[in-house]
Amino acid sequence: MTVLPLDPVQALERMMLIRAYEETLIDLHGRGRAAGTCTSVGQEAPAVGVVSALTADDLILTNHRSAGHLLARGADPGRMLAEVMGKRDGYCGGKSGSLHISAKEFGVVLTSTIVGGELALATGVGLSRRMLDKSGIVACFFGDGAATEGRFQESLNLAAVWKLPILYVCENNQWQAFVHRKETMLADGIVGQAAALGVETAVVDGNDPLAVFDAASAAIDAIRRTGKPFLLEAMTYRLRGHFEPDDQGYVDKAELARWRDRDPILGLRARLEREGRLTAEAEAAMEARVRAAMEAATAFADASPYPGVEVLTTDVYA
Amino acid sequence: MTTMTVNDAISAALAEEMRLDPTVMIFGEGVATKRHDLLEEFGAARVRNTPLAEGIIAGTAAGAAATGLRPVVDLLFAPFLCYAMDEIVNSAGKLRYISGGQFSFPMVVLAMTGAGWGVGAQHNHNVESWFVHSPGLKIVMPSTPADFKGLMKSAIRDDNPVLVFADIALGYSTGEVPEEADAIPLGKAAVRREGRDVTLVSYAKTVGTCMAAAETLAAAGIDAEVIDLRSLKPLDETAILRSVARTGRLVVVHEASRLCGVGAEVAALVAEKAFASLRAPVLRLTGPDAPAPASFPLEQAFVPQADAVVEAVRSLMDERAIA
Ligand SMILES: Cc1ncc(C[n+]2csc(CCOP(=O)(O)OP(=O)(O)O)c2C)c(N)n1
Ligand SMILES: [Mg+2]
Repeated sequence: MTVLPLDPVQALERMMLIRAYEETLIDLHGRGRAAGTCTSVGQEAPAVGVVSALTADDLILTNHRSAGHLLARGADPGRMLAEVMGKRDGYCGGKSGSLHISAKEFGVVLTSTIVGGELALATGVGLSRRMLDKSGIVACFFGDGAATEGRFQESLNLAAVWKLPILYVCENNQWQAFVHRKETMLADGIVGQAAALGVETAVVDGNDPLAVFDAASAAIDAIRRTGKPFLLEAMTYRLRGHFEPDDQGYVDKAELARWRDRDPILGLRARLEREGRLTAEAEAAMEARVRAAMEAATAFADASPYPGVEVLTTDVYA
Repeated sequence: MTTMTVNDAISAALAEEMRLDPTVMIFGEGVATKRHDLLEEFGAARVRNTPLAEGIIAGTAAGAAATGLRPVVDLLFAPFLCYAMDEIVNSAGKLRYISGGQFSFPMVVLAMTGAGWGVGAQHNHNVESWFVHSPGLKIVMPSTPADFKGLMKSAIRDDNPVLVFADIALGYSTGEVPEEADAIPLGKAAVRREGRDVTLVSYAKTVGTCMAAAETLAAAGIDAEVIDLRSLKPLDETAILRSVARTGRLVVVHEASRLCGVGAEVAALVAEKAFASLRAPVLRLTGPDAPAPASFPLEQAFVPQADAVVEAVRSLMDERAIA
């Protein structure tokens, strides 16, 4: 169950795919062909960094801003697009839409768009890992807003008391829908709360996928070694609005510009170019692959039929 | 046959199912302390006390259920379910559907409610219909120790979230329970007394109220049939309709308040599917639209009593046939 070191070039391509997927969705939405979605533009690094540090046995819980987590895990962008468009070949047969896509085959379980919902479920998934003697750990992604819900404290406390193998990953993107993080909490981050509950923590630059990978790997090692939960807080920024469409009229321009300059994709790309690890040809080839993947995905989702109304009331009960 | 209390019947069902299936476990506030026999037999991993946090208890159950366990959680008193509403309704009840059937949630939520102990409105609130109204959940509310045992076993084996409401006043009531009781299927009502003239539909402790009323009515020559729903969802529509088709009269009795309660559903069902059989209007006897009081006489006044059931039936017998 060893995890290979993260290949920075591959990490870059994964982040580019996530960005291209969400830009495709924005475009489809603009043309009235897909419902609005919460994108994770600007937050690709925590997705790629953390998910790359997981093994196939590990399980993931996520939330409304999940496209990066799913794609980093290897989900098919065509089936994801189909889900957002409400088509039959979506991962959930069109019954989820964009907000709570889960894909059991990739270990992406129990996606909840109730803010904090995944925090309440993660402890149960951790408990089943323990009780069934499964080797995998549980990675639970949530936002800074979810950390202001009481469930955050309840979840960490129970995980600490019961020694559950959970990696809590907070993507602190400074926004909680239309409210800035500074309006809802006095501290700049949430790790202080976790420390008070006896949960080990680390803070990482959430716009640097390599740093996130290293921090996540260290955290996962600690979880496997001690059996205890760990909270990793990735400091990042939501570069687009809460939900498409959103004109971001309420966003401080200077703050947004500062974070745009720290775009994780541009940052890694510049660094690799600087270090001579990315040639212009390799870049062009990557761009072409990503473009082709999204063209194929869009064609697949377009061709997928809508579900028949006979499934309206199926799968309510097992 | 052994005689046991409702509380013991619940523990017996838990013990039998935990013996049969190693994935069954139970946790909650004080569970390991109060169900010490279970702790002794099955150990601290499967019988756990939890922090005082109903939301995370229910959420943990849902997460565990979706990934291979069959948890039972004891949330103590029904009003505390308000803290666990999101996990039960939004997660356990919906994530199967939302995920296109990728997950199932074989879990049981236990809670007590009802008049009898004078605990007042924040410990006694018959909230069962809230959950009947939520997709993806099943709800049982038995009235006898044998039914508690049999339905509890089915609830644990069921692949869906099942809420088991225990009427506080019935906790120490006793009854005969078959030794190796079979599971009683969810969704099947029990006819407690057969009768020709009127159907009394009820569940939980007011089944006893209806039985007492039926005795009084029998003395006056009125033959009442008493149906104990036991399961509120799935609802045994066939049992209700079959009875009303014979008797032509229906009184629904429950402690929960009237508006949008289970009685409203039963009345609507009969209006839709057995209208032609009705010889009199359908009546409901329920608790009032008020929080439950603690004071003994007020608490008693809250719950439909046998003499009120008798009176209601008499008014229906006097009613001219509605043609
Ligand atoms: C219980 C609940 N309250 C409110 C919402 C509406 N809502 C959806 S996302 C969101 C912001 C969440 O902020 P955060 O947890 O920081 O995640 P982010 O969107 O920034 O990724 C809100 C308020 C919700 N979905 N669930
Ligand atoms: Mg946020």
